[in-house]
Amino acid sequence: MDNAPILNVAALRAKVADEDLEILKGVDLTIKPGEIHAIMGPNGSGKSTLAKVIAGHPAYEPTGGSVYFGGEDLLDMEPDERAQAGVFMAFQYPVEIPGVSIANFLRTALRARLEEDEELDLFDFQELLMDRMELLEMDPSFAQRPVNDGFSGGEKKRNEILQMAVLKPSLAVMDETDSGLDIDALKIVANGVNTLKRESPGKSVLLITHYQRILNHISPDVVHVMVDGRIVESGGPEVALELEARGYEEYRKAHAA
Amino acid sequence: MPSNEVIQGLGLDDYKFGFVTDSEPVFRTRPGLDAEIVEQISARKDEPEWMLKRRLKALRIYESKPMPKWGGDLSELEDTLRQTYFYVKPQEQMERSWDDVPESIKETFERLGIPEAERKILAGVGAQYDSEMVYHSLKEEWEAKGVIFDSIEDGLKNHPELFRKHFGTVIPAADNKFAALNSAVWSGGSFVYIPRGVELETPLQAYFRVNQERLGQFERTLIIADEGSRAHYIEGCTAPVYSTDSFHSGVIEIVVNRNAYFRYTTIQNWSNNMYNLVTQRALVNQGAHMEWLDGNLGSKLTMKYPSCYLMGERAHGEILSIAYAGDGQHQDTGGKVIHVAPNTSSSIVSKSISKGTGRSSYRGLCKVYDGAANARSNVECDALLINETSRTDTFPYIEIDEKSATVGHEATVSKVGDEQLFYLMSRGMDEAEAMALIVRGFIEPIAKELPLEYAVELNRLIEMEMEGSVG
Repeated sequence: MDNAPILNVAALRAKVADEDLEILKGVDLTIKPGEIHAIMGPNGSGKSTLAKVIAGHPAYEPTGGSVYFGGEDLLDMEPDERAQAGVFMAFQYPVEIPGVSIANFLRTALRARLEEDEELDLFDFQELLMDRMELLEMDPSFAQRPVNDGFSGGEKKRNEILQMAVLKPSLAVMDETDSGLDIDALKIVANGVNTLKRESPGKSVLLITHYQRILNHISPDVVHVMVDGRIVESGGPEVALELEARGYEEYRKAHAA
Repeated sequence: MPSNEVIQGLGLDDYKFGFVTDSEPVFRTRPGLDAEIVEQISARKDEPEWMLKRRLKALRIYESKPMPKWGGDLSELEDTLRQTYFYVKPQEQMERSWDDVPESIKETFERLGIPEAERKILAGVGAQYDSEMVYHSLKEEWEAKGVIFDSIEDGLKNHPELFRKHFGTVIPAADNKFAALNSAVWSGGSFVYIPRGVELETPLQAYFRVNQERLGQFERTLIIADEGSRAHYIEGCTAPVYSTDSFHSGVIEIVVNRNAYFRYTTIQNWSNNMYNLVTQRALVNQGAHMEWLDGNLGSKLTMKYPSCYLMGERAHGEILSIAYAGDGQHQDTGGKVIHVAPNTSSSIVSKSISKGTGRSSYRGLCKVYDGAANARSNVECDALLINETSRTDTFPYIEIDEKSATVGHEATVSKVGDEQLFYLMSRGMDEAEAMALIVRGFIEPIAKELPLEYAVELNRLIEMEMEGSVG
């Protein structure tokens, strides 16, 4: 039972909600508790769509297959229910929420997880938040800033990592969190993920990325290559290195053939 | 006379309550309006001759002025007015007991977290008021400082000279049709005088005066903040006003004398059958500072533009307003700043939220007279649209006759986007919570100016409004 997968994606197909455009064409993926998986692939391969379908983004519509999280059918759940069950997606482009501080935002997110008759103790929350920020070596004043409003790219990623640290999901999906980041920002993300992994080794991570470079900072257990809506190769960290050396072209050709 | 009064709507989309009481008002005028009715009102209040004459003159002005063609749709208002009882002596005669108040309404109060005492007043349960003691001690403190805080009727009776000197000077009856109407039939409201140099830390709250006619259909408030004084007045509350009326037309006049500071806060939530047409204006003298903090929720149509007339050098006026237009509602609100003297400054910050088929309009005037050298004014209006069917418009009027004036205007319209909602939902909030958080963030710059308990009530109210807003 211990080794039962936390995420089980089987023959998943999905299309853009408003169009007849199929993007995922039968994805199979199994992640066990504690594992870090990386999905690499060229632009347009569907890797980011997979992350969004797992989180329940309304712009995509699953058309076949299944996604099980623990024992639960994720595709049957609203995005907030998925989050409450323990799925977290770090956004590629986090959204601004003017006038809402990060602290207030996180308090609301935690309160949403409580039963109707439960209250979130403000002091407990404050303690949790400070503890998480200390762990991630963040300045406490950061939590008072409005969510992503006027943030630099690096600050946005930092905010995603902080949310992950506070909400403590059992599966974190990092949707191209590393794209467009300079090396310092990349390290923030990598350090955050590594710190949280050290703290709770049982948590799983699905890292969606275009580049190999983040894998120099986060060591995946399994690396998948995704091309044209399917996972075409899976293996150890060596897959990423091969890919780096040879590029996606070979996979694309092999797949087309 | 019908023996049943149908008490209509709490103005919350999802919380429509109606119930019937058997209590008959002790006195009311017949429906409609003419000189005889105005005379009856004045006689009931045992008024001096000059006030009756003023009322009758105002009635003639009211009758001579056409219905406004701008702003909101007033085409059905004439019918409403024909059926309106222009004077009903209400409240304590109703003798409604807390036990008679429907559970549903009690629940709404419960959810809003309104203090017990306030709930009873809102439900029209008079008499017993737990905070009466608190009020009395405050009242003693105020009286010791020479502060007058009375009903408008008592103000006229007890302070005739002060009253007559200022009444109608800020908003004359001829100002607009509804100011004329109010001047003819006014009833209820507050009379406030803050003496020279007196600073009040505790806000004057209208709901302290429970056993008097608190909030009539035609409430009239007159406030004089004398030189160098500082005070804050709070009218209404975020809880739904529970009323038989379908027409509310108040007039609020404020005189802020030299170097005084005055803030007037009002947050009101009317039932959604209500026409709410209010004139509120402050005369701001040399070096004085006036702030309007104005929140409008509910009603069928609200037309309300708090104004600051900056009459003396260095006078400063601020208007902060929030409007919320739910399904079928139109909030036509904004503010007016009139710069008459040099080195005057003003700022208007207006935020509106439209949900469903709701419509909010910002209508504002910034006028700088020739000679108001170096006048500065800044206007910022932001609209938030919740649904595809929601609507917003902006009507900024700017009239500058002074070369050295600096005037800024900024307007933004934003929509609650799918991406924003998804972001919040992916953190575990349901759609209504997510929506409420976005709206709370939007109004935060104004909500943070409210006394804490009002900000909390406003936030709760918005959460309730957001339930069922999605779909």
